[in-house]
Amino acid sequence: MVTIEDYESRVKDIAWCPGCGNFPILEALKQALVELNLEPWQVAMVSGIGQSSKLPHYLRVNEYNELHGRILPAATGLSLANHELVVIGVGGDGDGYGEGGNHWINAIRRNPNMTYIVTNNQIYGLTKGQASPTTDYGMKTKDEPGGIHIPAMNPMAVAISLDCSFVARCFAGDLDFMKEILKKAINHKGFAFVDILQPCVTWNKVNTYQWYRERVYKLGDDYDPTDKFAAFQKAQEWGAQIPIGVLYLFKRPILKDDYVPLQRGTLLDLQKEHKPSQFKDLLKKFF
Amino acid sequence: MSTESSIDLNFRVGGAAGQGVQSVGGVLSKTFARGGYHIFTHQDYESRIRGGHSFFHLRLSDMPVYAAPNRVNVLVALDDRTIEIHEDVMVPNSVIICDRKLREVSPEVERVHDIFDVPLMDIALETGNKLYVNTVAMGASLGLIEFDFDILAGLIAEQFKKKGQTIIDENVKAARLGYEFTQQNYKGTCCYIIKPRTAPKTMILTSNEAIGIGALFAGCKFVSAYPMTPSTSIWVTMKALAHDDFVFVQTEDELASINMALGAAYGGVRAMTTTSGGGFALMNEGFSLAGATETPIVVALVSRPGPATGLPTRTEQSDLEYVLHAGHGEFPRVIFAPSCQEEAFRLTVKAFNMAEKYHVAVVILQDQHLADSYRTVDPADFNIDAIKIERGPMATEEELKTSKDFKSHRVTESGVSPRAFPGTKDGIIATAGDEHDEYGHIIEDAETRNEQMEKRMRKLDALMKDIEEPLTYGQEAADVSLIGWGSTYGAIKEATDLLNEEGISTNMMHVVEVFPVHKVVGEFVTKAKQSFVVENNYTGQYANIIRAYTGKLPTGGINKYDGRPFSPGYIVKEVKRRMGA
Ligand SMILES: Cc1ncc(C[n+]2csc(CCOP(=O)(O)OP(=O)(O)O)c2C)c(N)n1
Ligand code: SF4
Ligand SMILES: [Mg+2]
Repeated sequence: MVTIEDYESRVKDIAWCPGCGNFPILEALKQALVELNLEPWQVAMVSGIGQSSKLPHYLRVNEYNELHGRILPAATGLSLANHELVVIGVGGDGDGYGEGGNHWINAIRRNPNMTYIVTNNQIYGLTKGQASPTTDYGMKTKDEPGGIHIPAMNPMAVAISLDCSFVARCFAGDLDFMKEILKKAINHKGFAFVDILQPCVTWNKVNTYQWYRERVYKLGDDYDPTDKFAAFQKAQEWGAQIPIGVLYLFKRPILKDDYVPLQRGTLLDLQKEHKPSQFKDLLKKFF
Repeated sequence: MSTESSIDLNFRVGGAAGQGVQSVGGVLSKTFARGGYHIFTHQDYESRIRGGHSFFHLRLSDMPVYAAPNRVNVLVALDDRTIEIHEDVMVPNSVIICDRKLREVSPEVERVHDIFDVPLMDIALETGNKLYVNTVAMGASLGLIEFDFDILAGLIAEQFKKKGQTIIDENVKAARLGYEFTQQNYKGTCCYIIKPRTAPKTMILTSNEAIGIGALFAGCKFVSAYPMTPSTSIWVTMKALAHDDFVFVQTEDELASINMALGAAYGGVRAMTTTSGGGFALMNEGFSLAGATETPIVVALVSRPGPATGLPTRTEQSDLEYVLHAGHGEFPRVIFAPSCQEEAFRLTVKAFNMAEKYHVAVVILQDQHLADSYRTVDPADFNIDAIKIERGPMATEEELKTSKDFKSHRVTESGVSPRAFPGTKDGIIATAGDEHDEYGHIIEDAETRNEQMEKRMRKLDALMKDIEEPLTYGQEAADVSLIGWGSTYGAIKEATDLLNEEGISTNMMHVVEVFPVHKVVGEFVTKAKQSFVVENNYTGQYANIIRAYTGKLPTGGINKYDGRPFSPGYIVKEVKRRMGA
């Protein structure tokens, strides 16, 4: 049996501010992995740069800590290299929707079998409070005292429009719900995208625990996540009401299934079997 | 080499983009290769799909050839501009195959050269399609020099196999009508008669193809790339040959290309990305990440002239210093620059071994000229049986079991830490682009930083022992010493021979394992009376590297940056100019 202790990291000095929304996210993820009975060595996390991207260092798993914005290409490469790994990407809203926006769009299109968690604090935490792509219109930041003058992007709507195979949102203030969504995401075959509303207690004084708590509501059993247009409509809700839960599910083939060699085993297996002589005949084409 | 061979002819096929200049050139090259000749080709094309002017230069010899002179004996004109564009470089009494209906030939040209008028367009239309002009021209050319038709017919059938029997039949017919036309009308009147000869079988391929094959043999299982001329044909070749034996992802951009390859490499597979200068610029940050995380990766960078978009389809060696310094921060790297197809193959295999033995990024740096050049090679030089796959030191299962977490950046004497792949039972393999401790976790303290920095940089000393001595050629004590690297090999070697023939004693050193710099490089400069670094760039980048890494000063440089490759004649002329001869 896998226990929570198995996921105890050797790193004890956690670089997050006390009260940061990243703590419950870390806890929920650990619990989800334990409940799914996954061994730490079966899990590989890829993170970027930002406060949340330090998360993989704080649990005991395989880890490739990438550059700012480049989580998804590396995670895609990793998931193709060894599709038996449970690949989980984690990073901030700036990392994923700003610096890595093009990769996010294309990862959704490719549908690699992995989970992608965006800890969305609607701000740049690590660089001290600049606006992120999800900072609400009009919010005043240290660097924009007059308020942000471009509208926030809507990650849910973007992902749904691209037929992302799994689209969910949760709130860092609700650990159990978050854990259940993460379990679904990890079990999902395909690209599972989870945006987590994560209060940043230091730089975002607007979107606080309190602010989110007053607004979030769970999607009910009567909600049909396979109805694209309904999901798209649901995704427009932001303000007085913010839906959390699985907003959209779309059945489609996963990236690995498009590759003939990966039907024979993992690419890593193929690598281990490689013998130069297997390609001998190929030189004949050049005579 | 020029004096030893009795046959040394230069063909040029010119036409507009879209007229199939490259396919005529390609098929003729293969035809001659199967007919027992050595071939070297050069492709000159514009960054467009239709119109403009492009040409295919084909040198044919009964001796191995490594370069193309800027000289033409047989010109095949598919359009109305070819003759005037290439008139300057045609030797007296050149043979011109053209369709007078497409363009009248000027009286001056007529006076100096032998014109063979062939109704290319009429024959093409008769066969069913004006696009067959190029096929008719192939047949007509071979008929004129009395080459064998069946070899050509066989190749056409292979070339169009996928397009169906009708297309094959029409093309063979077009070629035959062209062939018969020149046979019937001009038999015995052409000064060049080339018949198939018996010779050992050769392979014919470009250097990009050689890199692609090399990568497959080396066991490259993952390629992520974004299309960019002149690099694209590397993965196109790999896919055509072994679609089902590796994974290819065409990425959204080059940022994704390199990072995806890094993710795959971390996962334990041999990974490569291919690009040209502009794409490599986007890869810089990822290149640096490879340095920090010590992830083995191969980058095939096929250069074209810059800055910016430059001349997209042409050649230049102007990315060398860029690659040497690419990526922020300091970290070791290896740079190889193939001199020919055989070396492209060998160095690609070696690149994957070096990357995995030392956990570094290896760049295979070549340029359009060689990337697109077909050349005949001795199959024995693609020695498959000799290929060794060296994956570097690996951690044992026992180690993974007994240590709770794995030291993926263990500090060792050589700087190389034994490796393990994520997903191995009981192994926790972590790494970070942030400075990290031996476990791959983020640190801030100075002591660990220094340990890791020094460990990484030590690998450069360790890998030095695998860097081979550069090739030297010609007499020991010479008045002139030429130094080159990468794709200029053939032109410099031939220039060395020509200079010696003309009484200017010359030798040369050619470097393909460019960085780290081998000690022989400095010694060669010291021994030379006068040394000139021949390179396709403005600033003399390899000369700068020699200065920086050996402290020696070459006498000067012979530089060319017009987007066209060196010809042997050009180098000879420049050397003589510097000698006051
Ligand atoms: C290429 C690059 N540009 C900029 C930075 C600086 N930088 C580090 S983290 C960050 C933004 C962090 O915001 P987010 O991704 O939302 O993460 P958070 O800290 O809020 O969790 C920036 C701009 C960087 N590391 N790399
Ligand atoms: S700055 Fe914000 S996001 Fe970063 S650790 Fe502190 S509270 Fe968390
Ligand atoms: Mg953020």
